[in-house]
Amino acid sequence: MATYLEFIQQNEERDGVRFSWNVWPSSRLEATRMVVPLACLLTPLKERPDLPPVQYEPVLCSRPTCKAVLNPLCQVDYRAKLWACNFCFQRNQFPPAYAGISEVNQPAELMPQFSTIEYMIQRGAQSPLIFLYVVDTCLEEDDLQALKESLQMSLSLLPPDALVGLITFGRMVQVHELSCEGISKSYVFRGTKDLTAKQIQDMLGLTKPAMPMQQARPPQPQENPFVSSRFLQPIHKIDMNLTDLLGELQRDPWPVTQGKRPLRSTGVALSIAVGLLEGTFPNTGARIMLFTGGPPTQGPGMVVGDELKIPIRSWHDIEKDNARFMKKATKHYEMLANRTATNGHCIDIYACALDQTGLLEMKCCANLTGGHMVMGDSFNTSLFKQTFQRIFSKDFNGDFRMAFGATLEVKTSRELKIAGAIGPCVSLNVKGPCVSENELGVSGTSQWKICGLDSTSTLGIYFEVVNQHNAPIPQGGRGAIQFVTQYQHSSTQRRIRVTTIARNWADAQSQLRHIEAAFDQEAAAVLMARLGVFRAESEEGPDVLRWLDRQLIRLCQKFGQYDKEDPTSFRLSDSFSLYPQFMFHLRRSPFLQVFNNSPDESSYYRHHFARQDLTQSLIMIQPILYSYSFQGPPEPVLLDSSSILADRILLMDTFFQIVIYLGETIAQWRKAGYQDMPEYKNFKHLLQAPLDDAQEILQARFPMPRYINTEHGGSQARFLLSKVNPSQTHNNLYAWGQETGAPILTDDVSLQVFMDHLKKLAVSNAC
Amino acid sequence: MSQQGYVATPPYSQSQPGIGLSPPHYGHYGDPSHALSPPGVMKSAGPLGAAAPGAMLPPGPPPSGPHQFGQNGAHASGHPPQRFPGPAPVTSSYAPYPPSAPPSYPGPASASPTSRLGSQLGALQISGYGSSQPGTAPPGQGPPGPPLPSTFQSPPRPAQPSALQPGPQLLPPPPTTLNGPGAPALPPAYRQDGLLGPASTQFQPPPPPGQGPGAGYPPQQAGSGPQMAGPQLSYPGGFPGGPAQMAGPPPPQKKLDPDSIPSPIQVIESDRATRGGQVYTTNTRGQVPPLVTTDCMIQDQGNASPRYIRCTTYCFPCTADMAKQSQIPLAAVIKPFATIPSDETPLFLVNHGENGPVRCNRCKAYMCPFMQFIDGGRRFQCGFCSCVSDVPPFYFQHLDHIGRRLDHYEKPELSLGSYEYVATLDYCRKNKPPNPPAFIFMIDVSYSNVKNGLVKLICEELKTVLEKLPKEEQEETSAVRVGFITYNKVLHFFNVKSNLAQPQMMVVTDVGEVFVPLLDGFLVSYQESQSVIHNLLDQIPEMFADSNENETVFAPVIQAGMEALKAADCPGKLFIFHSSLPTAEAPGKLKNRDDKKLVNTDKEKMLFQPQTHVYDALAKDCVAHGCSVTLFLFPSQHADVASLGLVPLLTGGTLYKYSNFQMHLDSQQFLNDLRNDIEKKIGFDAIMRVRTSTGFRATDFFGGIVMNNTTDVEMAAVDCDKAVTVEFKHDDKLSEDSGALIQCAVLYTTLGGQRRLRIHNLGLSCSSQLGDLYKSCETDALVNFFAKSAFKAVLHQPLKVIREILVSQTAHMLACYRKNCASPSAASQLILPDSMKVLPVYMNCLLKNCVLLSRPETPTDERAFQRQLVLTMGVADSQLFFYPQLLPIHTLDVKSSAPPAAVRCSESRLSEEGIFLLADGLSMFLWLGVSSPPELIQGIFNVPSLAHVNTDTTLLPELGSPHSRRLRRAMSAVQHRSPYAMKLTIVKQREPPEAGFRQLLVEDKGPQGGASYVDFLCCVHKEICQLLN
Repeated sequence: MATYLEFIQQNEERDGVRFSWNVWPSSRLEATRMVVPLACLLTPLKERPDLPPVQYEPVLCSRPTCKAVLNPLCQVDYRAKLWACNFCFQRNQFPPAYAGISEVNQPAELMPQFSTIEYMIQRGAQSPLIFLYVVDTCLEEDDLQALKESLQMSLSLLPPDALVGLITFGRMVQVHELSCEGISKSYVFRGTKDLTAKQIQDMLGLTKPAMPMQQARPPQPQENPFVSSRFLQPIHKIDMNLTDLLGELQRDPWPVTQGKRPLRSTGVALSIAVGLLEGTFPNTGARIMLFTGGPPTQGPGMVVGDELKIPIRSWHDIEKDNARFMKKATKHYEMLANRTATNGHCIDIYACALDQTGLLEMKCCANLTGGHMVMGDSFNTSLFKQTFQRIFSKDFNGDFRMAFGATLEVKTSRELKIAGAIGPCVSLNVKGPCVSENELGVSGTSQWKICGLDSTSTLGIYFEVVNQHNAPIPQGGRGAIQFVTQYQHSSTQRRIRVTTIARNWADAQSQLRHIEAAFDQEAAAVLMARLGVFRAESEEGPDVLRWLDRQLIRLCQKFGQYDKEDPTSFRLSDSFSLYPQFMFHLRRSPFLQVFNNSPDESSYYRHHFARQDLTQSLIMIQPILYSYSFQGPPEPVLLDSSSILADRILLMDTFFQIVIYLGETIAQWRKAGYQDMPEYKNFKHLLQAPLDDAQEILQARFPMPRYINTEHGGSQARFLLSKVNPSQTHNNLYAWGQETGAPILTDDVSLQVFMDHLKKLAVSNAC
Repeated sequence: MSQQGYVATPPYSQSQPGIGLSPPHYGHYGDPSHALSPPGVMKSAGPLGAAAPGAMLPPGPPPSGPHQFGQNGAHASGHPPQRFPGPAPVTSSYAPYPPSAPPSYPGPASASPTSRLGSQLGALQISGYGSSQPGTAPPGQGPPGPPLPSTFQSPPRPAQPSALQPGPQLLPPPPTTLNGPGAPALPPAYRQDGLLGPASTQFQPPPPPGQGPGAGYPPQQAGSGPQMAGPQLSYPGGFPGGPAQMAGPPPPQKKLDPDSIPSPIQVIESDRATRGGQVYTTNTRGQVPPLVTTDCMIQDQGNASPRYIRCTTYCFPCTADMAKQSQIPLAAVIKPFATIPSDETPLFLVNHGENGPVRCNRCKAYMCPFMQFIDGGRRFQCGFCSCVSDVPPFYFQHLDHIGRRLDHYEKPELSLGSYEYVATLDYCRKNKPPNPPAFIFMIDVSYSNVKNGLVKLICEELKTVLEKLPKEEQEETSAVRVGFITYNKVLHFFNVKSNLAQPQMMVVTDVGEVFVPLLDGFLVSYQESQSVIHNLLDQIPEMFADSNENETVFAPVIQAGMEALKAADCPGKLFIFHSSLPTAEAPGKLKNRDDKKLVNTDKEKMLFQPQTHVYDALAKDCVAHGCSVTLFLFPSQHADVASLGLVPLLTGGTLYKYSNFQMHLDSQQFLNDLRNDIEKKIGFDAIMRVRTSTGFRATDFFGGIVMNNTTDVEMAAVDCDKAVTVEFKHDDKLSEDSGALIQCAVLYTTLGGQRRLRIHNLGLSCSSQLGDLYKSCETDALVNFFAKSAFKAVLHQPLKVIREILVSQTAHMLACYRKNCASPSAASQLILPDSMKVLPVYMNCLLKNCVLLSRPETPTDERAFQRQLVLTMGVADSQLFFYPQLLPIHTLDVKSSAPPAAVRCSESRLSEEGIFLLADGLSMFLWLGVSSPPELIQGIFNVPSLAHVNTDTTLLPELGSPHSRRLRRAMSAVQHRSPYAMKLTIVKQREPPEAGFRQLLVEDKGPQGGASYVDFLCCVHKEICQLLN
């Protein structure tokens, strides 16, 4: 039998699922004692080049409360053409199309290797994708120019039948009509007045009475009933028009006096965008793409006033309850986000400015709708340009890597219940027998809506074992979970992906070792981290840290091997050994620490943490550090100050940043120009190696990380120094006394100290 | 006084009693007192006095005489006789008098003896007319008894004139004549009353006594002067000759002959004859200017031209008591931007640079001819408040031997009544020089407007009319910027910046809270953006060709324009082309509330009030930002003019209304209005302040204005046709020496964006003699005042009350005169002061105006429209409006270039063989009698006969025939008198459209009600008699 590691990997590749526990404790009581909840990371649309979708519809269990999809775990009576649902045990007749099945002639969904299968639904009208650009015009001239170019470029990347719309805003909000000849026409809205969806639709003439007017225009080719909105037009029709329109976009003409911020009506602009789509294309795939170069300064959703002398809120202000606009603004954007989610649209935020732009307030727009959030310094940077371009990248099939309007439904066998989910989703509030009262994350439902997702979007889904201790599960019993994801593929087809998994039950008292061995510490770390970050959004930072610490200690108590009150005897098995270290770095990460981060940055980091898959999440928690030297090929090294050596080049990937750091000696050599001398060609190669590797990462990552090339003593070296474990600090430098690394000027505890404390606490009875 | 009544209800209700003169008191005064008081007052009387009362009252002949003559004597009614066969004798008979008369009359009127005579005659008639005309003859001869109506019907026209003529002959004892006729007149008067019907009953008691009184009177008069009695008695006797001329004297007597009652036409013609074509210099304080209908040249010599200011009386009573007693309103009608004919000197512009205008330290009056320099020219004493201020050093000048500055004639502000100052920054908003104004054109592009081609018409016309934007004389191009908005239930702003290839349209749908979506490119110079603007104007009709949006908004449109001006920080004018009731959901949304049931109830006033407060607030906002609104309204049904018109009214704009607009009929009228309105001279963002010398002050203002305090009259704009009527009240006594001074200062922004002050000064005289007051009255201004105050009161008072007040105030004014100024005569005699001879007819016209006449047949919109229209009218406009001009076209002398003489607005003046042109300033009718001469028809219409004339047109064919040319010239002359383009309606006699025409025959009984002139006169007379009793 393969190792658990292989098993886990195999499962992840096939199903896109990683469980914290791969053998499940069979009773509720035991499960709670496991500390780390039974949970999984699910990547619903994990790219599966080897999995062509089947061209028919799934067979559903006929019990109305169940409706589970036929899957390999079902018992099939080939002769009677019956199948038993493995969730509710309902016996179902196969549909007529399945008349020919037999043991040797099985449909794909019954084959074990198709535990994940994708169905393509043919019925139903296909609606085109919609891209609605919402563009801030209060930008500096070159920023605006760069943005315009990016937008024009993007037109060529869009699917030709996609509908596009354009809203620009500054002091006013303009909704551009794209189909007019002879005169360019736009609807203008005051940037200070919040409008209801109804009002917006009335004002844009999208409500019924306006329809006859539309139809009165005879030459309108009615090839598609959806093309009724003047504001959203197929790209192939108005390509030129829109390109010109974008080209002519001017900076907001209203004067901005000295000492003022430009008046920016982001809140209303978004509101109108949402209202526009809501009225015209509910429940179709649509992206609202907000490009903003500064904080909203007026109207609903304003984050800061226009007086430059009053700076935008900081964490300090927020803690002191000094952020006057925050609550109101947040409420505004939350309301918008919820409406958008209800309509199945998603909102992307591209915020490029040196100062904060109000991401803290606006984050929910992206978080709840599965939109992207990109933060940069300027639209005129490759970070933005490349990231934006990457949104329209295509997969191996030539399809866009984006899906819309997904509904994720989770079904569990009766020993399990669903506690909640954390990720870019909103609850659909579908109560059912398998919904737990215990709440973790977005809870109280068995279905979630994910309005925008791609092949890496990952949700953490938390379960609760509800089997009572006194009702043991028979040996060899397996629990099953089915994930049904219905979504609109970028080709506008509706598709359903079904993943059904099963794991063994084990009695935690007698088979704890099994369970322990099947612990997936990486998944567990990410799942716990998600819980922690989720809590951090609503609780004080220190509380969250305490909670994490307590969980860690309890876990160590439960699974560590030690003699009471003897820290030195403490040991953890291999399957747990890395977990404390993850927790150590997590505690230091920007997801939980707000020190040195603006509220916007924290929101940005947390946003990405809550949607990336396991590998990326782990990088975020514990950045990867590679060391390059003449001694051999590049090697991963400890994320520790002791790894910072003079004759090494370091490459650190924190997900958000790629840092290349030249050790002191290397930096001197480079300064001396050795790399240009033919006899030191190998030095040149050494310098080049991390650059190449960095490029590779940069190419693949979304959003594109900040690329930092620095050296010993460089100001940018702080990015590295703040991440590494401060094993050597100014406090203990002399104690170590060797030239084996770089001391970090910090009072933070080092991993060593952290572990020492952990051991001490774990073995004590105090907790 | 009456005005007060309008303002505050209580007095109104009490008005009748309050107004009533206290008869006993006055009674005591009787003749003698009268006679006594005048002497002091009147210096002029001399000969006339002798002639008239003088004869009667030996002691005080001069004074009283002039009085009566001035007033009575002036009287126009004398004319009718002249016109008739009798004239020659009359003049001849008068001839003797003139010599004596001229000296006696200081006033301008004295110029020609004939006029005087005429007037005297008139007076006679008037006095008689109540009684005299009919009375004269009848009383003497006819049995005073009850004349039958039927008898009256037979037109005794000739008789009366003749009767009058005798009068003149009798004149030697003019006063007596007056009285004389009076006595005999009594019976007729009663008869008239009797005719009137219901009233008669009351009256009748007098009639019997009438004779008695007649009899009784003579004694009185006799008492005063036995001689007089003689003449009186003799009258009848003397008259016989006249009656004889008249033909059937006795029967005609009974009927009150329309020809014998004072005729406006005659008054106008006589003023024109005496003063027309002459130079009127304004050097004398308190002189009464020529009538508005008289063309003359005006020379400013220290008082503002009557083109700028006209007063109800040019002699103020010294005390409030007198004012109250006479009930004559003291008011001035100020038209600060009146157009001046090219042959008169335009206003001088005074520029003191940074020093700004020189002003009195206390009352802040501006330097003017009323300032007295003292102390060697170092200081000046204010003529208004008497405060002594230092002359600023830069302004110092030595005085000459008579205490006048040496530069008196070099400085307009020292020697002229009207001039302008360049204002300094202190006079500007925010102490910043203003920006040149902007015009914003706002076109309703709802379905109906697009459908009937109006939008296209407007857009086409704008292309040409924009070439003629008004500019200041010295400028080459207009500084006025233009902007465009179209709207239905949403607004479309257009960016027409010159560097754009095509215009950009920005739609603002948030009509609840309108805002301006763009700053740059909305208001542009026409010259610079011409091609983009033309592009836009070409596109607009097509752009909305498929629109079937029926609903419109209105208040947001104005709001948008105002916000745009505000954003651009300039004053300006909105031209709104609107067609329907704004029913779309937005502020200012209106319901159709044309509730005819309210007519004739106490709630009728609601028809004139705006439906919501939105418009009132909006108007104030507009004025605060110098935004004037001119509305071209094309309603096809009720559009609630009372609400829509409020903003144009209060912001100094104009409301043009084209009901049931039809392209082929009305477009010419509309286009003419549009052209005129755009090219008009106009001042923006104006504040007017009327300062007065001590003793009285301006208390009430009427017009297209907004007032936020009691003194500052704010006007978003004021153009050459807008007048403000100001009422004055006594604070204290006025002195005859210093007179009553008025200074009207208007601070405004010119078309070129310059801030200026326009100053008009006017000095009036004061007198403690009521007679002087009556002598200096001007009826046209009085009517203007009465109309405005009544139309303002319409908002708050039941129409019935207002009508009653107007009648009773008329009666009071006349009764007071009768009581205090006229020589004694029979109580039943109607005596009118010369200056107010035609007051009754004008007053009747006012009462018959559809605003005051509660008739459900009249569209509410029309009433509201006319009401608002009149509120901003100048004297000339209101004169024409209330007493339309009726020109007999068939009498046009093809050879002469003189316009035909107008005839009185009465059906009896029409003839089946005639063609008449009738115009009231708003509309024009060409009335074709059934037997119109075919050659005339041919000449005018180029068709063989009346039957071929197409009445479905508003244009006359442009023919080369002399008739056609003359007619069209006459029409353009008439048109020239009105700021509104008049639409020509061709009506044939006895065809249904004639009704509209008949409505303007204001001397007749109105087709929709309203008394005839004769009836009204009787009614007034009756009131007077009641008051006197």
